[in-house]
Amino acid sequence: MGEEKIRVLIAKPGLNGHDRGAKVVARGLAEEGMEVIYAGLWNTPEQIVETAIQEDVDVIGLSILSGAHDVLVPEVMKILKEKGINDVIVIVGGTIPLEDVKFLKEHGVKEVFLPGTPIPEIAKFIKQAIRKTNQSLK
Amino acid sequence: MAELRIVDGILNGDKRAIAKAISIIEDSKPEAYEILKAIKEYSKEVHIVGITGPLGIGKSTLIDKLISVYRKLGCTIAVIAIDPTSPFTGGALLGDRVRMQRHSLDSGVFIRSMATRGGYGGIARALGPTIRVLEAAGFDTIVIESVGAGQLDVNIANYSHTVLLVLGPMLGDEIQFMKSGIMEVADIYVINKSDNPNAELTTMILAEFLKYRKQEKAWIPPIVKTIGLTGIGVEELHRQIQSHKEYLYKTGAFIELNRKRFMSELIDNVMYELNRTIREKLYRNLEVKKVVESYMKFEITSYDAAQQIIKLIPEILHSSTNSYVSTESPQ
Repeated sequence: MGEEKIRVLIAKPGLNGHDRGAKVVARGLAEEGMEVIYAGLWNTPEQIVETAIQEDVDVIGLSILSGAHDVLVPEVMKILKEKGINDVIVIVGGTIPLEDVKFLKEHGVKEVFLPGTPIPEIAKFIKQAIRKTNQSLK
Repeated sequence: MAELRIVDGILNGDKRAIAKAISIIEDSKPEAYEILKAIKEYSKEVHIVGITGPLGIGKSTLIDKLISVYRKLGCTIAVIAIDPTSPFTGGALLGDRVRMQRHSLDSGVFIRSMATRGGYGGIARALGPTIRVLEAAGFDTIVIESVGAGQLDVNIANYSHTVLLVLGPMLGDEIQFMKSGIMEVADIYVINKSDNPNAELTTMILAEFLKYRKQEKAWIPPIVKTIGLTGIGVEELHRQIQSHKEYLYKTGAFIELNRKRFMSELIDNVMYELNRTIREKLYRNLEVKKVVESYMKFEITSYDAAQQIIKLIPEILHSSTNSYVSTESPQ
């Protein structure tokens, strides 16, 4: 009916306080027609998953510039798996070294967007990924 | 059927089921109908608190503190935080929840951010059915935060029992308080950021204004001073909310208020449907285009033009799809 919206959670896990990037992406995705829930700083992985549940999001976007991505991201993926949530796409942004991207994807992250990625590219990826998820769930 | 699982989940207070149901309703999916039908006998009277006020005045922060007060008393609480859908992009930045995140793991708290998606007057279009879901899920209280409101965003009063208007230290002069709209619907006035030196003046001016205003109900709206960031005044605010709730029950106003609320909700629904159906057809109708041509040549006034178009509406409503296809375009 054309009334569906893509809902995205943008959250910063852990102690990282640099939120400008997260806010820019949040704002940018809203301008691409999505509903973006901005959960801000200092979320634990548990809080992020619980928020994703209550907000019934299609995408979780984790913003990490602290270097703790190799611990925090697998933690989020683990909790999602434990709760049997298999229809949420997880993407990661921030200062992620190229050599860690493979590691994150092995843990189920669909894509890692490095600093400078144009927002329309992220939006396009999200729309395609959701279409693929919907097809596989049918 | 997946709907049955969701319905079971809602009745058991399962947050994932509640959340999925709200999405289905927001997206106007066909399953929404089945879900609402199944839960309607479980709807109950829940006290609904509506909170409105200008952008940035501290509504979300106050709700964050209010949640703590409700929880200390053992009450479960659902919060709907509404932010505007962009009329240009269709997207929305839902940034109220961020002030309440410390409650995200409390099993007695459910927080949902909603975009207005075409709802007018400061509320989300799917608000009515969403409230039904939360009532069926068994929450003791529902708090609705409307968008950072303009003066005519009064629709929150049609979806809640107790309306809080949050104001702050003087944003203008006293003429602002004399204006119509939002100043007329509050049951409780909250002066937030009351540590600001101007807050005292604002309180005094508001009190003066309320003293001379026509009093229609027996309830005299109190003014509560709060500091959202520290929580000062929030327990008093909660007491006033409870006081108003008791007043509504004791005087029987609760039932009358519900009648008014449900009437508004249904008429809102009807208007959305009509707007959706008629507007598009009007734009494409050949007769309407002729009227527009006439108006463009100033052969008729806009009043006459509108009347002529209105006369076309019954036929437009009854007609099937392609009666407005232009005969000029190639088939």
